[in-house]
Amino acid sequence: MTQATEKNLLDISDLHVAYGKVEALTGIDLTLKEGNLVTVIGPNGAGKTTLLSAIMGILPSKGTIHFNGQDFICPNVETLVGHGLGLVPEKRELFSTMSVQDNLLLGAFQRYRRGDKSYDQTLNEIYKLFPRLWERRQQQAGTLSGGERQMLAIGRAMMSKPKLLMLDEPSLGLAPLITREIFRIFADLRSQGVSILLVEQNARAALKVADYAYVLEGGQIAMQGPAAELANDPKVIEAYLGLASKHQELLSS
Amino acid sequence: MNFQIATLLGQDGLTNGAIYALLALSILLVFTVTRILLIPLGEFVTFGALTMAAMQMGKTPKLEWLLLGLVLIDCALDIYQQIKRHIDRNKMKMVALKLGYAVIIIALLNNLSLSEIPMIAQIALTLCLIVPIGPIIYRLFFQPLADAPALVLLIVSIALHVTMVGVGLLLFGPEGARTQPFSDTGFRLGAVLLKSQTLWVILVSIFLIVALFIAFERTLYGKALRATAVNRMGARLQGISPIFAGKATFALAAFIGSASGILIAPITTLYYDSGFIISLKGFVGAIIGGLVSYPIAAIGAVAVGMIEAFSMFWASNYKEIIVFTLIIPFLIWRSMNSHNVEDDE
Repeated sequence: MTQATEKNLLDISDLHVAYGKVEALTGIDLTLKEGNLVTVIGPNGAGKTTLLSAIMGILPSKGTIHFNGQDFICPNVETLVGHGLGLVPEKRELFSTMSVQDNLLLGAFQRYRRGDKSYDQTLNEIYKLFPRLWERRQQQAGTLSGGERQMLAIGRAMMSKPKLLMLDEPSLGLAPLITREIFRIFADLRSQGVSILLVEQNARAALKVADYAYVLEGGQIAMQGPAAELANDPKVIEAYLGLASKHQELLSS
Repeated sequence: MNFQIATLLGQDGLTNGAIYALLALSILLVFTVTRILLIPLGEFVTFGALTMAAMQMGKTPKLEWLLLGLVLIDCALDIYQQIKRHIDRNKMKMVALKLGYAVIIIALLNNLSLSEIPMIAQIALTLCLIVPIGPIIYRLFFQPLADAPALVLLIVSIALHVTMVGVGLLLFGPEGARTQPFSDTGFRLGAVLLKSQTLWVILVSIFLIVALFIAFERTLYGKALRATAVNRMGARLQGISPIFAGKATFALAAFIGSASGILIAPITTLYYDSGFIISLKGFVGAIIGGLVSYPIAAIGAVAVGMIEAFSMFWASNYKEIIVFTLIIPFLIWRSMNSHNVEDDE
C-alpha cells in the first residue's frame, strides 16, 4: 500500500445521536482510509441511515467527526459539502421538476461558486459512465424510472468531485440487474481513487466490493473487519447472508 | 367612451399592470423559495418612492438611520454568535464590510447635494440604501424561523408589514410625495399622447421581467434558487444554503419593490401607507397564477391593472372592490382544479 492509502480520511469517535430521549446511536467509532470502500451493514432500524445523516450534519450529534484533516463538531451540511463530503440519501432528494442536466449541474454548485470551471469535463465523464442520463438529459428528473433516478442521484453527488462519497441504500427498490450495474460502478469509482462509505441491506454484494466492513446492530458496532473476512464469518453468514444465497452472489459478480 | 378615452385608460392600466406584474413576480419568487408571503413588499415600494422624493427636495432621507440600525443589530448578532462558538476570520471580515458599507452610504447621503446630482445617481443611491434592508430583514426575522409552519411565517410577515408602515410614518412623515418624471418629452401615437414615464415604466418592467427570466432559467445561481424551492434537503446536499437563498430572494424583492416605487413615483402621489394596496394587487396577480406559475401571474397582474383602469371609468367608487372581488372566481377555479400531490421521492 502507498502512503496516501494509509491516511485516515474519515475518523469518527464516540458518536452519539438521539431522537428526543431515545438514543439511536451510542458511541460509534469508525475510520475510513483514503481510497477505500467501507461498508456498513445491519438489519432494519440499526441506525445506518442515522449514522450517515449525523456524519453529514443533517442530524445533531455528540462526538467528534474528523474529516480530511479537520475536526467538525456538529457542523452544518453546507460546510461539509464545501469540504468535499457528498451524500446520496436514501430518498435521493432530486430536483424533480428540473431537467436531468440541471440536476447534474447543480451538483457542481460549490465548484462553480469557487470559480472552478472544469465541471463541464466532469459532466462528460458522468454521461460516459451513465449513457442513460445522456439520452434523457432534457427530461424532467421526476419522469425518470427508479434506476435512472438512482444513477442521477449518484451522478449529481459525483459532480462535486467529493473526497468521500457516502451512499445510503443505493440498491433500494432496484431490479437485480440494475443493482449489479450500480455495484460495478462503485468498484470502478474505487479504482479511480474515490473513497466511498456504503450503507447497504444487500450485505453480500456490499461485502464483495468493500475493503472493510462494519456491522451495525441496535445503534452500536457489533462487528468489524476486512470485508473478505466478514463475508466468511459464520455469525455474519447466519444473520445476514444466509446459506442459500447464491442468487446474491450473482448480483455482485 | 370613445377611442381616445379607451387608449388613455389602456395606457394607465398597462402602466399599473406592469408594476403589479413585477410585484407579483417577486411575491411568487419569495414564496416559492422561502414559503414566506412577503406582505411588507409594498413598504419597499413606498420607501423607494419617498426616499427618491426626499432626495429631490434636497433632504437627506431619514431611511439611512433604519439601514444603520438594522446593520448594527445584524453585526451585533453575528459577533455574539461567534463569541458563543468560535471566532471565524472570514465572518469578522464580513461584519467589517457590512459596517463599512453602511458608513459609506450614510457619508455619501450627507455630503452630496442630493437635489443637484443627476437623476441616475439619485436612483442608484436610493437602491443602494434600500436593497440591503431586504436580506437583513430576512436574517433578523425569518432565518431563526426557517423551519416554522407557513402560518407562523405569515403572521411574522404581517407584523413586519405593520411595523414597517409605522417606521415609514416616523421617517417620512404623513405628507404624500411625487417625484419628477425621468424625462419630460411625450410621444404622439396617432391621436393619443403617450406620457414618457409610461414608456419608462413599461420598458423597465419588461426589461426586469426578461432579466429575471434569464437569471432563473440560464444561470446556475438562479437554478440554485429554484432548486431550493423544489427540494430543500436536496439543495443543502449540493451545498446550496437555504439561508443564502433566503437572503438572495429578499434582496431581489427589495430591489424590485424599491425600483417599482421609483418608477411610479412620478405618476401617482404616494403616502407612507400606499404600498400595501399596490402590493396587494400584485398579490392578486400571483394568486391568479396559483402562487406557482410565473407567466400566468404576470399576465394576471397586467389584467388586474387593466380592469382597475376601466372600472375607474365606469364605477370609480367600486374600483378596489371590483379588483379584489376578482380573486374569488379564481380561487374557486383553482380549488376545483387543484389536487394535492404528495411528493415523497
